[in-house]
Amino acid sequence: MEVRVQNVRKEFDRFPALHDVSLDIVSGELIALLGPSGSGKTTLLRLIAGLERPTAGRIFFGDEDASEKSVQERNIGFVFQHYALFRHMTILENVSFGLKVRPRSTRPPAGEIRRRALELLDLVQLSGLEKRYPNQLSGGQRQRVALARALAIEPRVLLLDEPFGALDAQVRRELRKWLREIHERTGHTTIFVTHDQEEALELADRLCVMSQGRIEQVGTPDSVYDSPTSPFVFGFIGESSELAVNVERGDIWLGDRPIGIAAGDNQGPARLFFRPHDIELVEGDAALAGVVASSRRVGGTRRVELELGGAGHRVEIDLPFDHPAGERSRIAFRPKRWQLFPA
Amino acid sequence: MAARPHAPRRASPTNEPLWVRWALILAGLVFMALFLVLPLLAVFSEALRQGIGAYVQSLQSPDALSAIRLTLLVAAIAVPLNVVFGIAASWAIAKFEFKGKAFLITLIDLPFSVSPVISGLVYVLLFGTGSVLGPWLKSYGIEILFAVPGIVLATIFVTFPFVARELIPLMQDQGTGDEEAALSLGASGWQTFWRVTLPNIKWGLLYGVLLCNARAMGEFGAVAVVSGKIRGQTTTMPLQVEMFYNEYQGTAAFALASLLALLALVTLVLKSALEWRFGDELAATGRGH
Repeated sequence: MEVRVQNVRKEFDRFPALHDVSLDIVSGELIALLGPSGSGKTTLLRLIAGLERPTAGRIFFGDEDASEKSVQERNIGFVFQHYALFRHMTILENVSFGLKVRPRSTRPPAGEIRRRALELLDLVQLSGLEKRYPNQLSGGQRQRVALARALAIEPRVLLLDEPFGALDAQVRRELRKWLREIHERTGHTTIFVTHDQEEALELADRLCVMSQGRIEQVGTPDSVYDSPTSPFVFGFIGESSELAVNVERGDIWLGDRPIGIAAGDNQGPARLFFRPHDIELVEGDAALAGVVASSRRVGGTRRVELELGGAGHRVEIDLPFDHPAGERSRIAFRPKRWQLFPA
Repeated sequence: MAARPHAPRRASPTNEPLWVRWALILAGLVFMALFLVLPLLAVFSEALRQGIGAYVQSLQSPDALSAIRLTLLVAAIAVPLNVVFGIAASWAIAKFEFKGKAFLITLIDLPFSVSPVISGLVYVLLFGTGSVLGPWLKSYGIEILFAVPGIVLATIFVTFPFVARELIPLMQDQGTGDEEAALSLGASGWQTFWRVTLPNIKWGLLYGVLLCNARAMGEFGAVAVVSGKIRGQTTTMPLQVEMFYNEYQGTAAFALASLLALLALVTLVLKSALEWRFGDELAATGRGH
């Protein structure tokens, strides 16, 4: 099911949470709404679900205008960060809930409900636990029950609100892989909210990066990572180093020195962004050179913090942990790839 | 190596000497015996002074039976109404955001802070002969004051906060996640309430009902003002106890009082059992009235 969000605005007590957001979600894709807290990503998800009403704008499911429809009518599957399992029901009762509450005319017979619930528990690899209660399961298991429960109603769209947010790192990684597999097997249009860029980069077909109630950039993980369109996205997705520079006569200047990389036509103060690992060490003057302020090894790389010039600019670069330059007190380098944004 | 000269002493914050501890415990026990156990014992011993036969007989007098019946009737009306009100109010307060919420919570607490006699007088002013409402209702043959409806109204007013006070913190603590999940799965509002919300609050609700019922049966002040104390018609158990006592019918008074005391004891036991068994599911705050 294709979902279109059209010029949606949402205010809470006149405080805007979303400003005029539009987003087209392709049928069958797995898209991540990514942003820091307060960026409006959860609000957008809840608006699509129908748990909130937009102040202005429309939401379409396919060609059908869903804006005025209630949550129940939208037929969505929603997975909550804190599972929201019904604590007084067994796992099986939790999963069959959505089918049991249907009106008699559309409700499958009891045997069929049970069969489908067991099938879904099998899909989420929890066969045999159907008689347990939610508080007898681990966090990861609970979230899988929550997903099975959401899938039971055959939703048109699957919505997940920070589904792995309450789990520890190892379980998160496993569930991530597993969610990807489920997505490929069931083919549901899936929208999930996360503030974890690694999760989004690894899991999603497309990212929708949000900040302060606006969409900053939408694209595949590679395109967003490789060509961020705003300083925010560059800073938020992946590691980044930032320098305040000046563009003059086609060159980039840091203070009174050119740094050896050519700029386009823009003139004046600018912000230079590059990835700490996307650099090359060079000899000579026309480079970014600095004194090592700190150097620590992080797994397979060495992160070096350099102080450039006298103005107190500090940037971080990554070197292989056994690189001889890691021992030096002064390092000169040049970003291999970079991006300039007007200051 | 010599013994460590500065071995860290685990200083308990409550390390008073033994005699202080026992003195404090004793003081507590004596106080409890004097003010709680002794009166309770007195009630039962007075009731049974003339033997079990007289005790049973005095409970079977028409006045006593009518008082018991009226008390049960009033509780049977007031408690369910306050359950419905309490659930509705705490549902609104815990699950929705609206203006004037803090004011509503204060309003719910009002009966706790108003003297029961005032609560009764409010109804006398509202429905008395000098009011607008009273004579108007009377012209349709509806008696409020000095009749069962007045007693029910006064009881509802006095026991108003019990259920709501117990449920509001519990429901606020549980949040709206479960309800949203149920709605997203296609459940209607009613289905969500019956299948998700109510099971989540059932123990807290039972606890509130218990307290509400104990107070509804035991209320004296407010009921005394509105009842008119018509023998055999508008006297509840607490009122009848007083009447018996004033008429020097000691056994009858204390026999009826012992029933009320028993009710209190049963409530206390059930309350403790609930707290012990479902303590984590009961709200941590708003308890202990």
